Amino acid sequence: MSIRADHLCHLYGEGTAFEQYALKDVSFEIGDGEFVGLIGHTGSGKSTLIQHLNGLLQASSGKIYYNGEDIDGDGYDRRNLRSRVGLVFQYPEHQLFEVDVLSDVCFGPKNQGLSREEAEVRAREALTLVGLEERFWDKSPFELSGGQKRRVAIAGVLAMQPEVLILDEPTAGLDPRGRDEILDEIAALHKDRGMTIVLVSHSMEDIARYADRILVMNHGEKRFDGPPREVFAHYRELEEMGLAAPQITYVVHKLREHGISIPEDITTVEEARDAILELLRPERAKASGRQTWGKAGSGE
Amino acid sequence: MIRDITLGQYYPVDSVLHRMDPRTKLFGTMVFIISLFFAGSLAAYGVATVFLIFVIRLSRVPFGFMVRGLKAILFLLLISVSFNLFLTPGTEVFRLGFLKITWEGLRLAGFMALRLIYLVIGSTVMTLTTTPNQLTDGMERSLGFLKRVRVPVHEISMMMSIALRFIPILVEETDKIMKAQMARGADFESGNLIQKAKNMVPLLVPLFISAFRRATDLAMAMEARCYHGGDGRTKMKPLQYERRDYVGYLVCAGYLAAVVLLG
Repeated sequence: MSIRADHLCHLYGEGTAFEQYALKDVSFEIGDGEFVGLIGHTGSGKSTLIQHLNGLLQASSGKIYYNGEDIDGDGYDRRNLRSRVGLVFQYPEHQLFEVDVLSDVCFGPKNQGLSREEAEVRAREALTLVGLEERFWDKSPFELSGGQKRRVAIAGVLAMQPEVLILDEPTAGLDPRGRDEILDEIAALHKDRGMTIVLVSHSMEDIARYADRILVMNHGEKRFDGPPREVFAHYRELEEMGLAAPQITYVVHKLREHGISIPEDITTVEEARDAILELLRPERAKASGRQTWGKAGSGE
Repeated sequence: MIRDITLGQYYPVDSVLHRMDPRTKLFGTMVFIISLFFAGSLAAYGVATVFLIFVIRLSRVPFGFMVRGLKAILFLLLISVSFNLFLTPGTEVFRLGFLKITWEGLRLAGFMALRLIYLVIGSTVMTLTTTPNQLTDGMERSLGFLKRVRVPVHEISMMMSIALRFIPILVEETDKIMKAQMARGADFESGNLIQKAKNMVPLLVPLFISAFRRATDLAMAMEARCYHGGDGRTKMKPLQYERRDYVGYLVCAGYLAAVVLLG
């Protein structure tokens, strides 16, 4: 199971004065069970890219293969592809339309040809997965809070039981708690169900914490592709693209500038904590013979 | 999918026509439309064609954009042409069963087609070279005299510019919701008419909700900036005639006179 993009190009407004490359020669392969973070500045082509992955947009040139099959090929069942590659758009709560939450979540499974009963089983399962309490299930989706609506919308895609889940900024506009909860649920889907996840996000912290691989897009081109520590090591280039590394990376680099030998490829606060504690162990502090350690230690 | 709507879509290049005062362009468009109803001879249509080509060249907008708007009236065009073609009495040229084509019919159908096509292209030239805001500004100023008879000119033009401003936004929104529902397996293409109408519900409900949400947001934002209607409101860029506008008026008047004289 994999998604492979092969020299993908997408041209907007072909043949007009507005002609513009949204994607330029993008190639990559996403394997089964990966958790990929997709980052890039606004207008870098992220959203265009993910819409190619489930066949909503067609490439101007280049190909996409899902499990080795060309999705633009003749007779390829694109509707079937869309139920296998689930895509949650930005602000997905804007697509809710049914009279109650459960019916809305049933929309996807029913389009897959399931009966109302089967669809409801799937819907209940999906709503439980996103952690929406049962007492909300027969309410109108428009009565819910922003975070709850977002969950309903994500459940609407999960109920189709996709093999790959792509989320475009699933936490935009949520408060920190709602954000953490949703991200933890996504991480759980990855861990417990082995679902392949592609997460588009602006938050480097979130990406660093959850993704095992990062794709960086800039002006429609793929700039970096690798594990977080490798990608964030290029933090100066990232800054030039209007992006940044997680804040802890900057702290680590500052510490190194002051002569403290902390590993430079740290990307999460937890890693940094462990590394600092390691350095602060009394026997090591004595061995290195530096006085500054004691002061830093009292701060910890 | 629905991006073919050209009417109300500004084409950003710098040309004399783009820089012209919207009032002049409104006047010109009106003159052109009126002239089409006066024109009844080949010579008059010839003058109209030359004028139209001259204006299109002046606008520096690619010709392809002008014709795009014609798609929308294709059906209307076909109906009116065939009615004129087959139902006009006169000298017969061609007969196929009960259908007969006459010289008069041919002439009338041809002129009718030209008239409709020129009408659309003529107004498209204006909307391609004038931003919606300029357009409503121009209308507000040109119709200012109606204020004396208590027509709320400012309010109407504000409503129009807001409506125009929201067309591309709603088109984009429709596209987005459509895609989101397609990602959930929705199908907007197949099925019979009733099935198709039913399939629109997942698109229309979110679209209406978002339109209302945007409307309240906008109203709030306007009130927050102390908008209170037209009285005593000044403009950041007041409209002002330049030399090219006077030339424009002269050219338009000359053109109208030529068409009317040629009949």
